[in-house]
Amino acid sequence: MTKFEQTSAFTRRSVLLGGGALVVSVGSAVSLDTLLSIQAAFAQGAKPALTPDQLSSYIAVNADGTVSAFFGKMDMGHGLHVAIGQIVAEELDVPFKSVKVYMGDTANSVNQGGASGSTGIQMGGKQMRMAAAEARRVLIEMAASQLSAPPDKLVVTDGVVSASDDKSKRISYAQMIGGKYFNVQLDWNKQYGNTLYAPGKAQPKKPSEHKIVGQPIKREDVAPKVFAQENFVTDIKVPGMVHGRMIRPSVAGTVPVKVDESSIKDIPGAKVVWDKGFLGVVADKEWGAIQAAQKLKVDWSSAEAPFPEQAALYDHIRKADVRKRNVEKENGNVDDAFKTAAKVIEAEYEWPFQSHASMGPACALVEIKDGQLTCWSGTQKSHFVQEGLALTLDLPLNKVHVIHVTSPGSYGRNDADDCAMDAAVLAKAVGKPVRLQYMREQGTGWDPKGPASIHKARAAIDAQGKVVGYEFTSKGFSRVDVNTNGGKPHDTLAGQTLGVALKSGDGFGVPAESYAFDNKRLAWETIPPLLDRSSPLRSAHLRDPVGPQIHFASESFIDEVAAAVNADPIEFRLRHIREPRDVAVIKAAADAAKWETRTSPRRDQSGNKVSGRGIAYSQRNGTRVAIVAEVDIDRSTGKIFARKFTVAHDCGQIINPDGLVKCIEGNIVQGVSRTLWEEVTFDRKTVTSVDWLTYPILDITETPAEVNVVLINHPELPPTGAGEPSIRPVAAAIANAIFDATGVRIRRVPFSPDRVKSALS
Amino acid sequence: MTTQRFTISVNGKSHTVNADPDMPLLYALRDDLGLNNPHFGCGLAQCGACTVHLDGQPTRSCITAISTVGDAKITTLAALGTPEKPHPLQTAYIEEQVPQCGYCINGWLMTAAAFLRDKKKPTEAEIKDALSGLKCRCGTHISIVKAVKRAAEMMG
Repeated sequence: MTKFEQTSAFTRRSVLLGGGALVVSVGSAVSLDTLLSIQAAFAQGAKPALTPDQLSSYIAVNADGTVSAFFGKMDMGHGLHVAIGQIVAEELDVPFKSVKVYMGDTANSVNQGGASGSTGIQMGGKQMRMAAAEARRVLIEMAASQLSAPPDKLVVTDGVVSASDDKSKRISYAQMIGGKYFNVQLDWNKQYGNTLYAPGKAQPKKPSEHKIVGQPIKREDVAPKVFAQENFVTDIKVPGMVHGRMIRPSVAGTVPVKVDESSIKDIPGAKVVWDKGFLGVVADKEWGAIQAAQKLKVDWSSAEAPFPEQAALYDHIRKADVRKRNVEKENGNVDDAFKTAAKVIEAEYEWPFQSHASMGPACALVEIKDGQLTCWSGTQKSHFVQEGLALTLDLPLNKVHVIHVTSPGSYGRNDADDCAMDAAVLAKAVGKPVRLQYMREQGTGWDPKGPASIHKARAAIDAQGKVVGYEFTSKGFSRVDVNTNGGKPHDTLAGQTLGVALKSGDGFGVPAESYAFDNKRLAWETIPPLLDRSSPLRSAHLRDPVGPQIHFASESFIDEVAAAVNADPIEFRLRHIREPRDVAVIKAAADAAKWETRTSPRRDQSGNKVSGRGIAYSQRNGTRVAIVAEVDIDRSTGKIFARKFTVAHDCGQIINPDGLVKCIEGNIVQGVSRTLWEEVTFDRKTVTSVDWLTYPILDITETPAEVNVVLINHPELPPTGAGEPSIRPVAAAIANAIFDATGVRIRRVPFSPDRVKSALS
Repeated sequence: MTTQRFTISVNGKSHTVNADPDMPLLYALRDDLGLNNPHFGCGLAQCGACTVHLDGQPTRSCITAISTVGDAKITTLAALGTPEKPHPLQTAYIEEQVPQCGYCINGWLMTAAAFLRDKKKPTEAEIKDALSGLKCRCGTHISIVKAVKRAAEMMG
């Protein structure tokens, strides 16, 4: 009897004893210690603890040889699971189709940070790669023992290990461990979230060995979507479920003082849930809940309207006290450089509040049964929502289970986490499972907003036209007035309406570029929120948090400086950029767009229909993007058609080029939308952009005719993010193209037709 | 709330629903019949996520009171085609890998299906005009246009 068969014997015994799944421990060799640990594990009779230092928390080989990958992040629309499946299949040497990726379920994955900061592959994939490599290593060692062959003489093909010199010696992963759990300790860095990292002893494959990574594999979840076979979070139902709706004040910050439940008594199952500022209803049917929310008579407290007039927003930001100032980068002596400059160029740019405006208002279903809470949510961050639910309802963490379900795209901290908390409060109050979906005016009106900001830039030029000083300062509402996840009650509307004291955080950012100016300072300043509780203008992360606004300003300003010194915008950038990959993306975009070297603006056009081209570039956490925009402008209407984009994109190693191109196209289109159309409107009382008429986004008739993507692959470099970097330079590329076409610099987003027309007149 | 009894024909089957006459068809389909399509997007006929066909015409079910449906034959995305017998648009959507989150999909597919049925060999501008007003927040518009063009070619 071999040692491996002994482990199988344990398996049979465990089944006979009803002990459930067996844990297979694998160390450096299948030794007596291993067997003892197997016995110890057997005594547990269960999967090892779901902790980041266990291989079983990431990878399992099923009895049929398929592989389950348990991922503490989730796909929000880009097909991330395909890339993760490719990475796992690659390292394990199993067919891509045999890997299934489970995402964002707190019952089977550890907190890898959820969808966050374009780190799905950069951080999450890195961990899954190391886990899969370690799984392969221990499987090889098991096989070496079983086949009596040294590990370095074994090869793996489609999950079957065989001796390279004797193909009759073979054993499959499924035969060795199928249906059982790894019990292999990983070297966890003791961090949760995006930075969680727990490698084993294995080294991942060299890029030159990759066969699955780098391939344009299609998404298997497209077909279920087009045949209406896939459940979204809005489609989940449980027995005994009732429907909920929330009621928000018409003056932000006010609370209910009188609620007349008799006003909805004729609606079947209608019930009010009211606690301090928290006000919701449930009813047996969904239409009943909607009717109840509309008909419920509520008297609200009186309070001073909290917001400035919208027209005064940027003045408010300018004049507001700075709550925190942070100089993130400084070199040389900036103040002296400006004192001795021959010429100083200054400009100021403005960016409005913007909404996530997800296609569906957030939805969540919460069931509380025997002290156990289950929440189906479209959240980007299941593990944080688990914490938030436990704190909000005062439950132990292990009594809360959060399941991420396919949802309307979120693009950051949208309304999903708020909805999960509200649903839980309703469910606890009524003692039934509650499915809550917000209404459109709540989805667009009450989601956390991308912060409004102003950006001041100045450049000191010497007598030879050289930039000798550069200063860029953003001032705006914090990107983390509420945090990027619903992990704490003070960060959700439920917590805030129930009276939890707020903790508005400070965060913004600085331009991510590599302009080598001798004297340079990049800084940000945050100001307090307009309302200190349950505000529809509370600010949080919106896709590429503060990236579009900062780089709209910084890359517009670089163009302004180039024009001031009579330089071609690309030639000027390349004068100051040393970083080779930055240079490469800019040159790649310029070449693909057939950029003609000349200064802006063009001087060869007349009439109302004019065209222009503009460049912008930026980095983002290791990724570099350069964009050339070509736009047509009708001077008589102010209408802009962002006709063509050439995007050069370098995110290190490319895992799936097709998925990457789709991801970039979506970034560009959403970036055009945010640049040309999107602006949260508000009056003194509350947000007034509450639907698709009042918060317009780009229409298909205005969609770019062409997005030409140039992928720069660096298989030798670790992959970095792609979910957000390419939205970052879009606004500046368009602004620079408008300047090229018209000679007019537009410094406030959005570039709506009326604003463009008045700027041109 | 007084309810009435309505009999509606959905994807070739007859169903009876007791509902407030003002209740939009969307809730009869989703809540009473348990269909997972169409989706609630806005309740205002501004986005298209709830689109179904009523006697072949794309209709926003979120503002269509159930009392106004009458004998009209309702078709949802689930009956546009099947994996075994897909509508050309569904084939094209898979080939072009159009959706990202996919929540908006009913509007685009059901509107484009009616358009391509009535308009052979449309130009790109005609396709865009036909689909104007529908919303996709993920920004998949470029792939949508490619897929509709591909389906139009398949349909001759």
